Amino acid sequence: MSLADRHIPDRLTGRGAQLLRSWETLLLLVAVGIFVLNSFASPYFLNAWNLSDATFNFTEKAMIAFAMALLIISGEIDLSVASIIALASTAMGLAMQWGAGTSELVLIGLLVGLLCGAFNAVFVTVLGLPSIVVTIGTMSLFRGISYIILGDGAFRGYPPSFAYFGQGYVFWVISFELVLFALLALLYGVVLHKTNFGRAIFAIGNNPTAAMFSGIRVQRIKFILFLLTGLMSGVAAVCLTSRLGSTRPSIATGMELEVVTMVVLGGVNILGGSGSIPGVVIAACVMGLVTFGLGLLNVPGIVMSIFIGLLLIGVIALPRLWRLWSQRRKT
Amino acid sequence: MSRAAVVSLDGITKTFPGVRALSDVTLNLYPGEVTALVGENGAGKSTTVKVLTGIYKPDAGVIRVGGKVTRFATAHDATRAGITAIHQETVLFDELSVAENIFLGHAPLTSWGLIDRAETHRRASELLAEIGAQIDPSTRLRDLGIASKHLVAIARALSIDARVVIMDEPTAALSQKEIRELFALIEQLKAQGKAILFISHKFDEIFHIADNYTAFRDGELVGEGRISEVTEAELVQLMVGRAVDQIYPKRDPHPMEDVLEVAGYAHPTEFADIGFKLRKGEILGFYGLVGAGRSEFMQSLFGITRPSHGTTRINGAEKSIRSPADAIANGIVYVPEDRGKQGAIIGLPIFQNVTLPSLGNTSRNGFLRMTKEFELAREYTQRLDLRAASLDQEVGNLSGGNQQKVVIAKWLSTRPQVIILDEPTKGIDIGSKAAVHEFMSELAAQGLSIIMVSSEIPEIIGMSDRVIVMREGRIVAELSGDDLSPEELVRHASGIVETAA
Repeated sequence: MSLADRHIPDRLTGRGAQLLRSWETLLLLVAVGIFVLNSFASPYFLNAWNLSDATFNFTEKAMIAFAMALLIISGEIDLSVASIIALASTAMGLAMQWGAGTSELVLIGLLVGLLCGAFNAVFVTVLGLPSIVVTIGTMSLFRGISYIILGDGAFRGYPPSFAYFGQGYVFWVISFELVLFALLALLYGVVLHKTNFGRAIFAIGNNPTAAMFSGIRVQRIKFILFLLTGLMSGVAAVCLTSRLGSTRPSIATGMELEVVTMVVLGGVNILGGSGSIPGVVIAACVMGLVTFGLGLLNVPGIVMSIFIGLLLIGVIALPRLWRLWSQRRKT
Repeated sequence: MSRAAVVSLDGITKTFPGVRALSDVTLNLYPGEVTALVGENGAGKSTTVKVLTGIYKPDAGVIRVGGKVTRFATAHDATRAGITAIHQETVLFDELSVAENIFLGHAPLTSWGLIDRAETHRRASELLAEIGAQIDPSTRLRDLGIASKHLVAIARALSIDARVVIMDEPTAALSQKEIRELFALIEQLKAQGKAILFISHKFDEIFHIADNYTAFRDGELVGEGRISEVTEAELVQLMVGRAVDQIYPKRDPHPMEDVLEVAGYAHPTEFADIGFKLRKGEILGFYGLVGAGRSEFMQSLFGITRPSHGTTRINGAEKSIRSPADAIANGIVYVPEDRGKQGAIIGLPIFQNVTLPSLGNTSRNGFLRMTKEFELAREYTQRLDLRAASLDQEVGNLSGGNQQKVVIAKWLSTRPQVIILDEPTKGIDIGSKAAVHEFMSELAAQGLSIIMVSSEIPEIIGMSDRVIVMREGRIVAELSGDDLSPEELVRHASGIVETAA
């Protein structure tokens, strides 16, 4: 038998064709559809300032969702992110009362996020506990500390310059948060799809044992991902606290589920191993547009939460239907 | 032949993205006869089993049951038609009892419609007695050995009154004695008029037990007939489409400098006092019985488990290897025995599997370079004659033998100094086996040092320059030249050195 006379091509289908059939393309069509529906449903929709306001519905959640996407692709999850926001915001409130300035406040917010992430990481990667259990625990723990410190009170009176992160505009209707969102999307997209680190995340999510046998430092990478998720929760805490101008212990309650919904809607496999940042970006826009559209139509908050619930279930079912359909086309 | 087939496949074709797994194949199974299905890895044997058991739906062709054209919409339809399969890894439930496993899904019910435990237990005992298995039906399955699990699977097959029993590599994990018992059982099933499809790579077994043979190559039928009318050599020729010399490649080892020196390796429970030297371009065999601690030691050398003592010197310099990443950086790689769990990442494309441990070389400053990755993957997969539609195909879509080639390509592409192969040819067909041996000697000739863990005596004698024999976690002998005989190996491995000497 003559070896090496059999040429194996790099790819069978071109990248363009792959892109056209991808989940992201379908999601983009959904986003466009919702945009068009909204613009017919309400005359106030197609207004630059209204649309700009709408972006606040997703920017903070999306910042966490980027890091969460990496974590879920690696086969782990962090349900404590909303509680990290509460704790980080509370810490900033305390620091403000002791006279901290804007830059110290930001630093403290990020640091608390990082520490909370490290706390989760130690339990999961050093002690080998399942992340879903650990972070359900820390979800109660972190917010519990906020409640002990604040009771039913609130911190108010952040310095005026601190308001920029949640209320400032970089240019015309382009808010600081929107710019940060775009930069982070780019950063996470490059890290996940263009670096060795990102490739390792996919390998770990698909088969952690084989990844370890291939020389990937599995626990170290997971540790870093928990740190990143904590840090991004800290970033979101700075933005949200700045936007609201106050801290209550109930801040960002339930946000972890919206973040997970966003990640899963973006096509990330909840069991790990696959997903993309462009998908999460589009999913963030879809969720933002839906919430904003329903808000313009004066749909009450309760109905909105029903809608988010349906969206989550629909999203988990859709990829499976999509796969069935594309398999049937192939065979 | 005027015999009527119980089940027959006629003109079955099945394609997967980019690969034609089966093309217009025919297979007939007759009552009271054993049909051996032979073919190399990737010839379409597993796909055929999946078509027969209703897991895959064929693209073209018909399945006939008792002469009638039948369609299996689900695996349940196939079971109802009386077709049952005993797989390589038995699909049973570890946490359930033997009786529950046998009657899962069709347990006898009480008049209240609940499972009748007493009746389940009684009928399970009957079935087990019928096949001569001394197993208590209330035992939990996970407490049984692999041979007993096979017996449970057979009892389950009998409990659904199967007409066709498919055995996919049933002897892979059995001892000689257990294999004889299995054969007695197959004779019994034949006497009951059941049709048996027997898939095995072992020719002695096929000629011992089968009545008919059907040979596949590259998804096509290449021959069928009575086993009594064919010779072993003819069957091999059919399978591989070429003559395979079973002789191991001749090599001419030159004594060269030491590459690896291991001293005093010890582990609290698995092994103790392991030390040896490995020369450049040498193939060093590790022989021993199952449980002798060979794999455990190799994994420790590769940095997966931490030894309690031990030093490793590479090219004379002492190195501390605390993780697989350290081992790879120092030019030591390990191809694990369990390729499914530890080797291939089936959800990722071929090229990403190959480059995973070499990303440091294909990337620049931590950023991926796809062109480099495709180059590297192509170089090594083509040297191993990989059969794939494209390099971005998922490894999960490849046959078992081709998945192994991807795993070996992955390790070779790191350009190691020492490669540890743990049972490199276990469960692969003759053609691939010869290719692996050929490739091993080629690598050794190029100066790669190879450690080969194998339990197969002809392989270890045929391939190794020296053989280290391990027993109960310790090195008990080092054999080479004329001392390297099957008798010596077995004596040392089983610990009867003094008495027999």
